[in-house]
Parts: sequence; structure tokens; C-alpha cells
Amino acid sequence: MAVAMTSMQEEPRVVLSARGLTKSFGAFLAVRDVDLDIHHARVHALIGPNGAGKTTVFNLLTKFLQPTAGTITLMDTDITRTAPDKVARMGLVRSFQISAVFPHLTVLDNVRIALQRPNGLSTQFWLPLSSLDRLNERADQLIEAVGLKRERNAVAADLSYGRKRVLEIATTLALDPKVLLLDEPMAGMGQEDIGTISGIIREVAKTRAVLMVEHNLSVVADICHQVTVLQRGEILAEGDYASVASDERVRLAYMGTEDA
Amino acid sequence: MTDIAHSAAKSATGRSATAARSYAIFIVIGLAALVVAPAFFYPIFLMKLLCFALFACAFNLLLGYTGLLSFGHATFFGGAAYFTAHAVKEWGLSPELGVLVGVAGAALLGLIVGFFAIRRQGIYFAMITLALSQMFFFFCLQAPFTHGEDGIQSVPRGRLFGLVDLNDTTNMYYFVLAVFLVGMLVIWRFINSPFGMILKSIRENEQRAISLGYSVARYKLGAFVMSAALAGLAGGIKALVFQFATLTDVAWQMSGEVILMTLLGGIGTLIGPIFGAGLVVALENYLATSQFPVTIVTGVVFMVCVLLFRRGLIGEFYASRLGRRLGFEHRR
Repeated sequence: MAVAMTSMQEEPRVVLSARGLTKSFGAFLAVRDVDLDIHHARVHALIGPNGAGKTTVFNLLTKFLQPTAGTITLMDTDITRTAPDKVARMGLVRSFQISAVFPHLTVLDNVRIALQRPNGLSTQFWLPLSSLDRLNERADQLIEAVGLKRERNAVAADLSYGRKRVLEIATTLALDPKVLLLDEPMAGMGQEDIGTISGIIREVAKTRAVLMVEHNLSVVADICHQVTVLQRGEILAEGDYASVASDERVRLAYMGTEDA
Repeated sequence: MTDIAHSAAKSATGRSATAARSYAIFIVIGLAALVVAPAFFYPIFLMKLLCFALFACAFNLLLGYTGLLSFGHATFFGGAAYFTAHAVKEWGLSPELGVLVGVAGAALLGLIVGFFAIRRQGIYFAMITLALSQMFFFFCLQAPFTHGEDGIQSVPRGRLFGLVDLNDTTNMYYFVLAVFLVGMLVIWRFINSPFGMILKSIRENEQRAISLGYSVARYKLGAFVMSAALAGLAGGIKALVFQFATLTDVAWQMSGEVILMTLLGGIGTLIGPIFGAGLVVALENYLATSQFPVTIVTGVVFMVCVLLFRRGLIGEFYASRLGRRLGFEHRR
């Protein structure tokens, strides 16, 4: 709990909230009447069995999908009808469940692409590529922070699955987002990478909000302050890990007999 | 695992140094060949080749580097030919200004077509460009300034900057060569620029580019307009070379031909489309006098290419053992 204590240094205020979030695909209700509050300086986990609607909620929050009903508010601004790239520029940045890197570019180029726009170096078609070298310092900091220093000049497609995920987190952090949405950041990772990424998430959450979908419950127990359990598109339970884990309905629906 | 990635990274930087050297050697050889070529080949044929090579490279900017398949690029090529022809013949502009009028007109057409087309992806994108280019074809058939079926005939080549007489074939050839090189230089810079990096990222993973905050549509439109303008540059000089502008250059067959040239040469390679255009133009020229129908031969060549050399001539060369030893790599 020492982690939670240090994270408490900043006042946890709501930065992203959803009210009555609903999404139907034809007759199928994927997400039904979901209320969520994501706090600054907190790690919030979204868990639930496969098909519970976790990724759909992510797509709705980041505007990759348009909700059927409900409202989304990002730092006092209604973003229910805002375009996804605009939402990203406002500081709400997501990762993807399937690793989202630019496969044929190097690790350095991947991170630099994320840095190009905030540094006003994305529309110049008359400048040479060397003009991007001034992003290298910041890019190398990020690459080092996630432990990819040795692979700096490797092509992203040549990295292992876990390392690709690590790279994706580095590019996401490059935007210095206010709210970070991570879709299964640990899936397919080795134990070593899980430790690294847990440390990074804990660190970045000191100054921003993090919402993550995660199946690895020991990770959830370790780094998340708040847990929301989804089942069939609806919220089943909410609270800290201990209270959620002891909830009878949750144990029945999701965790089975597993003792967390 | 990390060691493998590490050594791969090392050899990647080594490869790019070798590639830079190989490129430099090829560029010098290519330039020398283009400078002395008129002594060995019919200059009009060479100029036609350069026009189509530039056209194909402009098209490749969109297909190879942005991942957008336009099926209406004849609009920009042929449209610019009309604009340039009209500007120098009716308005009496000098050739360099006439070509600029063609480029500006093509860029404007590109803005209009691109504005509608980028809203859809894949086959729908291609269909919108085709539909709009068919509309433009009909416009050219009906509009008085294009002279319908006759086209704009006997376009004067004039004097470059009021000094150099372009009716002299040698002067004209070096003018076309200079324009071609400027066009290639623009394409090269465009690809290897901060903007080009974003285009690559969109081609590689559009969803991720959006999630990093890029307004993907604007970048696509920018690439579309640039591609249209360069296609217009090629069309403008073609009107001066042949001294006419006709419906052939705005017809859908021309849009198909440029796709063929690009595929044959190698999508996503800077110089591939030059060779693709060379092959198609040479085939057309040599078969034009024979009894054998050209379209059947180009059709067969196309089939063979798609079935056996999917990367195209230059793409296959880059991927071959020799190409890799020279430091090239081809990823597509």
C-alpha cells in the first residue's frame, strides 16, 4: 500500500467521466448504461470476462466508436461528439489490444513520430529528415525509460511481442497525455517486461490518470487503486481490489474459485 | 533475443550506408545515361519516356508512400496538358509559365477530387477517383476550349525564359530532362521529410496515427494534391513535347496505364516507376508499327508481373541477393 500512499500526494480529481454510456450494434447491446469516473493520479482497472465490453468502452471513450447514448466529459469539456484525433490532441491517449507499432520503422522512428506533432514538425514537406534529429534527445529518454535502449535502431517488426508492447507504451508516453488508456498492456509479456511496465505505469500515474484493461489480476492487485468489473456490457461491481475481489457476484461471474 | 535485435540494428545501419553509396553510383550512371541518350535514341521517344516516368513517379507518391490507389490520375495529367496548351497557345504565355499554369490547374483538380475521395478507403476510394475522372473526361469532351475530339493542335513550344528556342529538339530535350529531375528531386524530398514520415506512419498503421493525434485526412489530402500537381507537371511538358493536348490523356485508359507502369517498376520504390514507364512506352513504340496488338502484349506483361514478380522490376532487384549485397532492402 506504500505505492498508493505516495500516489496520494496529488489530489485525486475526476478528469474523465462517462454517464449512461451505451453502445448497441444492431440488436446487440455491447455496453449498457455505464458510469465511469477516472481520477487524476490514480490507476483504474477495467476487468471482466471476455466479451464483457471492455474494449468497446475503450473505443467509446477515445471516440473510435460513437456512443448510441450517454455523455463523455474530459476535463470539463464534453467530448461526446469530438473526433478521435482531436481527443488525442486534448490529452486522452490510448494504446491498442493488438500491438500498435509502425512495423517497418525503427524503434527510434516510432517514438519520433509521436513526438513530431507536439513539436510542430509534422507538416514540413520541404525539410530534410535530419530536421527530426532534434527530437532524438527526448526520444532516447523515453526509449531508455522503458528499457529499449539496445533495440533503439532495430526495426519494430523484428522485436518480440512483449517488446513491441513496451515500444507502444513509449510512443504513448511521448505525447505526455493527461489521461492514459491502456488496453491489456501486459498481454503476452514476459515476467521481466511485466515488472518494467508495472513500474512505469506506477510512475506515470503519479502525475496523470490511467485506465487499463487487464487480465493479469496480480498486476491489478499490485498497481490499481480502483477496479471496475464489467459483465455483459454492464457494471457488476466497483471499488478497491480487496472489496471487489471479495464480492460474491464477482467471484461467481469472473474469478470463479481463484483465490486472489 | 535482445542480442539478435542488437546485431540486426547494427547491420541495418551498415546496410543503409552501403545503400547510400549504391544509390549515389546509380544516380551518377543514370544521369550520365540521360545526358548522352539523345545521341543514341530518337529524342521525341526519350522525352515521351521522361514525361511518363515523372507521371508514374507522381502516382507512386500516392500508391507507394501513402497507400492510396487512385484510378483517376489521367485527370491531372491530361488536364494539365490542356491547361498548358491553352495557356501558351491562346494566352501567349512563355513555356515555363504555361507549365506552371498546368501544375496549378492539376493541383486545384487534385484538391477537389482528393477532398471527396479521402473520405473513403480501399476500393471506394478508387471508385470515387474513377467516377470524378470520368466526369472530367466528359467536361473535356464538351468544353469549347478543349476543342472536343480535335484537341488543342499545333501548340507552340516558344522560347524558354524568352531566350532558348525550344523548337530546337536538343534544347527541348534538356528542358524536359531538367523538369524531370526537378520533379524527382521534389518527390525525393517529399518522401524523406517530416511530412513523409507521417505519411509512412499512416500507411503502416492508420488507427495508431489517429490515436497519436494526427488528422489523417489532412495528410492524405496533402499527399493527393502533391501527387496531382506533379502529375500535372508531367502532363504540361508532354503537351509542349508533342505540341498537342487530346482526350487520350484524360481518358480512363491513361489512369490504368500509369497503374501498370508503377506496378511493373515496383510500388514504393523511388526509381521503379521510371523503369516501368520505360518498359511500357518502349513496348508501345516498338509494337506500334507491327501488326500485333499492343494491348494484348502489355496485358500479358502485366499478368506475368503480377503472378511472378509481385514487387515489380526494381522491387525484385532490391530483394534479390545482388540487391541486398548492394545494401538495398525492400519491405512491402
